[in-house]
Amino acid sequence: MASSAIELLLVSLPQLAKGAGQTLAISALGIVFATLGGVLYGVLATLGKRAVNIALQIYLELFRAIPVLVWLYLVFFGLPIFFSLSIPSFWCAVLVLGLWGASEVGEVVRGALASLPRGQREAGLSIGLSGLQLYGHVLLPQALKRMTPPTINIYTRIVKTSSLAVLIGVVDVIKAGQQIIERTYESVLIYGVLFLFFFFICYPLSAASRALERRWAHS
Amino acid sequence: MTFDTAFMLSTLPAFLKAVGVTLQVGLIAIATSLLVAVFNAAVLVFRTPYLWRLVKGYVELARNTPLLIQLFFVYFALPTLGLKVSGFAAAIITMTFMGGAYLTEVLRAGVEAVPRAQLESGRSIGLSEGQLLRHVILPQAGILSLPALFANFIFLLKETTVVSAVAVPEILYTTKNYIALYYKTYEMLAVLTLLCVLLFLPLSLLLRHLERRLQHGQFGN
Repeated sequence: MASSAIELLLVSLPQLAKGAGQTLAISALGIVFATLGGVLYGVLATLGKRAVNIALQIYLELFRAIPVLVWLYLVFFGLPIFFSLSIPSFWCAVLVLGLWGASEVGEVVRGALASLPRGQREAGLSIGLSGLQLYGHVLLPQALKRMTPPTINIYTRIVKTSSLAVLIGVVDVIKAGQQIIERTYESVLIYGVLFLFFFFICYPLSAASRALERRWAHS
Repeated sequence: MTFDTAFMLSTLPAFLKAVGVTLQVGLIAIATSLLVAVFNAAVLVFRTPYLWRLVKGYVELARNTPLLIQLFFVYFALPTLGLKVSGFAAAIITMTFMGGAYLTEVLRAGVEAVPRAQLESGRSIGLSEGQLLRHVILPQAGILSLPALFANFIFLLKETTVVSAVAVPEILYTTKNYIALYYKTYEMLAVLTLLCVLLFLPLSLLLRHLERRLQHGQFGN
């Protein structure tokens, strides 16, 4: 039993690895877009422009009210119909994870920027910094410590949520596992491996987030 | 592109039923998760020997793996070990497994947020451990963790959409079913979006209100 299980794993490794590549690519791209979009959101939300704030509020509430899986279906089925735009399910997943992640990271960045003393912004402006310099050299670097731990936590949620891509037809690590199960019926072993696959990506991230939070709690 | 409103109306009874299933799965899972969490949080707070390590391990495992994998494990892998469960049961079991871990963390954090001076002053006026817990720790920890608890309840309610993957007839499954049967894709997507907004947006706004109200709630100083 044990040796046949190891044999099965060795044989299935290339197929699982290929699926894992897709899962990791979706997660990584989602994280990149979530971070870039989140910083943009945070900056826009702290400019104090009423119209911008209302637009961001609507964006945020839409992503909070509608579950990510529903968004996946909306984009996957909706884009072809409403915009006659057919994009592969892989990019649907990246798009949804990026937009959803950006709303989550954005709230963190906004909170971190808002927690800085007002004097920082005023001092920066008074010595003649441009908006870009103010955020790039003064505000964002100071907010970094406060926003990093919760942002890493959001990354783990993006990795976990990337698993939903299988439901719109991405041949990710779960689909690869299911194909192996169809052939071998080793569902406990394969789902066990999938369980560990996600755990070994997410656990170090959550542990890092906690460690950073503790280290920076008093600074 | 025109909306077939007659068709949309004809699906209304089915969607009402689906909302019922969503709420049923969500509320049962919230209740069972809370039971698991109260037990676990007590174990963590009192550092029950051996048991607290087990609880810690469970919390890490459940929080760092996707709900979908947990769900597939229960629904597809457990039957091969002789444990056959229905889609509905798998949904409740899995959501309790995940929700229990999230709520454990919330309650533990709530207890730890009660200032130490509160415990010390409670002891100094001669309260027993039980009295301390009942009259000092729990009332304050309860209020302190209320926003986070509520946020997790909403999260669990939204996560019920994932159990559509094992054919539980909640709102997303019902939508997919109608799309597959009648190809009324955009009508059904519109209904689904509307249902999500009606169900979850008020809760989300209520949460924001609650967070603002309790942000300045301070105790004992």
